Amino acid sequence: MARLGMTRLGVRLDRTARSFLLLEILSGMAITLRYFFKPKATLNYPYEKNAISPRFKGEHALRRYPNGEERCIACKLCEAICPAQAITIEAEPRADGSRRTTRYDIDMTKCIYCGLCEEACPVDAIVEGPNFEFATETREELLYDKAKLLDNGDRWEPELAKRLELDAPYR
Amino acid sequence: MAKVTVDGIEIEVPNGFTVLQAAEAAGKEIPRFCYHERLSIAGNCRMCLVEIEKMPKPVASCGQPVGEGMVIFTDTEKVRQARRNVMEFLLINHPLDCPICDQGGECDLQDEAMGYGRDHSRYLENKRAVTDKNFGPLVKTVMTRCIQCTRCVRFLSEVAGVPELGATSRGETMEITNYVERGLTSELSGNIIDLCPVGALTAKPYAFVARTWELRKTDSIDVFDAVGTNIRIDSRGGEVLRILPRINDAVNEEWLADKSRFALDGLKRKRLDRPWIRVAGKLQPASWDSALAALAARIASAAPSRIGAIAGNLCDAESMMALKDLMTALGSHNLDCRQDGTALDASQREFYLFNTTIEGIDEADAVLFVGVDPRREAPVLNARLRRRWVENLNFVAGMIGRKTDVTYACTHLGDDGAALRAMLDPEHEFTKKLAAAKKPMMIIGQQALARLDGAAVFAACWQIAGAADMLAADWHGFNVLHNAAARVGGLDLGFVPQEGGKDVAAMLNGGVDVLWLLGADELDMTKIPPETFVIYQGHHGDRGAARADLILPGAAYTEKPGTYVNTEGRAQLAQRAIFPPGEAREDWTIIRAASAALGKPLPYNDIEALRRRMIKVSPVFGAPDVVRRIAHADGAKPAGDVAHLTDAPFTPAFETYYQTDPISRASPTMAKCATEIPAPLQRAAE
Repeated sequence: MARLGMTRLGVRLDRTARSFLLLEILSGMAITLRYFFKPKATLNYPYEKNAISPRFKGEHALRRYPNGEERCIACKLCEAICPAQAITIEAEPRADGSRRTTRYDIDMTKCIYCGLCEEACPVDAIVEGPNFEFATETREELLYDKAKLLDNGDRWEPELAKRLELDAPYR
Repeated sequence: MAKVTVDGIEIEVPNGFTVLQAAEAAGKEIPRFCYHERLSIAGNCRMCLVEIEKMPKPVASCGQPVGEGMVIFTDTEKVRQARRNVMEFLLINHPLDCPICDQGGECDLQDEAMGYGRDHSRYLENKRAVTDKNFGPLVKTVMTRCIQCTRCVRFLSEVAGVPELGATSRGETMEITNYVERGLTSELSGNIIDLCPVGALTAKPYAFVARTWELRKTDSIDVFDAVGTNIRIDSRGGEVLRILPRINDAVNEEWLADKSRFALDGLKRKRLDRPWIRVAGKLQPASWDSALAALAARIASAAPSRIGAIAGNLCDAESMMALKDLMTALGSHNLDCRQDGTALDASQREFYLFNTTIEGIDEADAVLFVGVDPRREAPVLNARLRRRWVENLNFVAGMIGRKTDVTYACTHLGDDGAALRAMLDPEHEFTKKLAAAKKPMMIIGQQALARLDGAAVFAACWQIAGAADMLAADWHGFNVLHNAAARVGGLDLGFVPQEGGKDVAAMLNGGVDVLWLLGADELDMTKIPPETFVIYQGHHGDRGAARADLILPGAAYTEKPGTYVNTEGRAQLAQRAIFPPGEAREDWTIIRAASAALGKPLPYNDIEALRRRMIKVSPVFGAPDVVRRIAHADGAKPAGDVAHLTDAPFTPAFETYYQTDPISRASPTMAKCATEIPAPLQRAAE
């Protein structure tokens, strides 16, 4: 309100004085100085990584039972629930008569990482693991087949089992 | 009529109705597992419990007849609680293996469990496990899933007439079994898969192949016999995966024969997917352009009277119409759709139709079979005859021809022409039975007419029919049973030798220089002289293609829209489920293209115009799915002479039921059936 009372000359003098005394720069530098001594919010990725929740939905994997038998029974519930229609399954009786997939493809370029496949699976076969570093150089490499998914499962099994165990009370 | 009240709705129902039927008439849905409207009542699943006023306990509605003034409640808390308890008992021994069960998604137990099931089990003891049984190469069993509704047992003993299943033990240890480890021998065994309300019986060739929600459903018509069974083709991504029956009470009720259901894997094998031309004795792949050019060049150099066409068993009426018009345009009179050489007279419809109609069987009280094995040539129709025998104690059946088990009492009257001649005597025992019957019928098979004296056989049958009063104004009991889906359509379109034209036998024996086989494979190819140029248009690399000089790849019945006329003269439309493989095309379009290459383009460019042309030729095609019982035309008399009847024995139409046409011969499942399913015991005829 005081400024309203100032004359036009007074306003000009005030502005000139502020610019010559570098008041804005000083207040800005004060903030910088304050943050200089605060703990950092950013991470030095890829040397540092954030903690992730057990429910993190990363790269898919097909799991096996401890005896090495693949879990997937080709019930096709994941294929049915997939909102992006990224999953393709074909099945036929295996030599021992059990129901197994002959083809289990996930198009990772279609996948929206919603986790419904994991929720639909009655045998915890298809899961979304903690891995989010699976960028590729070509598009074709993102069309995962059964071998790749089983390989993922074998690679991440200790982590995957741990995550399912942690989430078990809430399922 | 009884007046009953269902949930406050007052309705009148016939006295014989059960409470369940009354509730359905009132629009109330009642869950059930064992009850099936086409089978006898068992009343053992207890799922259909309802409350009836003045009755102390819930009542199983499927077996309770209605009474005057009954007050029925189908949805009270007591009823729901009772059904929940029944469901809990059913689920005690049912494995929770829905994810690996082929019935998953179309399972009655799954559906009802959504309404009446608990979210968890209170049962902590061990579940029952049952060893799986061997029901042959078609039906897969997982007997642990069985809830003992006994629908399969009742179907096989009541409808199929092959009492091969039964139950052993009782209570929890009850098992459905075929007693000895031998596959089912019924031609209708696939229907128990549809009847099974759970996943205990599933289709073996379809095991784990697909889920019901992935399939695209197309209405179609079956072509493996001439009954014209209504079917639904389930396909996924250009592949036919399953064939199921559709309900049509006038034709197949809800049954489907095994060959029609399971021969579909033949559609993927031995297919013709590109044109072929024989060059220096060897078939070479060719393009459509060069194939049509070769065809035009060869036909142009032949005299019109030296060009002929034979239509096979699986053709749609559209392609036969187009080929007939093309032959007419070329000036050829040599046409025939009776590739088995039957002496069928196409001049009057009553000479080649199943005049009684399939529904008419339900009124008949006597039947005489001549040279036909109804069980193998038309299994679904035979089931209807059997039901008539079950319902009517006075129903008599007699058979002239190879002695076989038709699944009901049938007097064997001999297997040769002499036996038929004996029937002409009014004092013959069975002739008297026919004459005494109110609505007698006679069924003549194709093999009886394919004999050299076929016309005489036909005349003799006509005479017997006339003597037994089958040719009355209100009852036409004279029936020809076809075994080829294309035949009646071909005869209706007049696909027979025109004036001065040659028939099949003449065309085969060097009567023509260019022979166009439209899906005709059941011919003796060795009779065709080597200099005859054979054009084979069809979908399978079978006998016809092996002899052909030029192969035009056509579409199978699942791959083209088509019209088929069944043995009773009912025109039915089939839709296209998938597209033909590779370069193959719909058959009528091939003929249309050939006509353009020959410089005589046919006057239709789309299937609608072609169908209008068909209606002009025969009004039958203008009224799909309608069959009118034709009254016997006075004075109609077949041309044959009874005096020429010989004593030759009647032979069966085919030795193995499972391999009768190019599709079923290419099918591994059918090959397995032919070797594994034991020939039915020659029981029957006493």
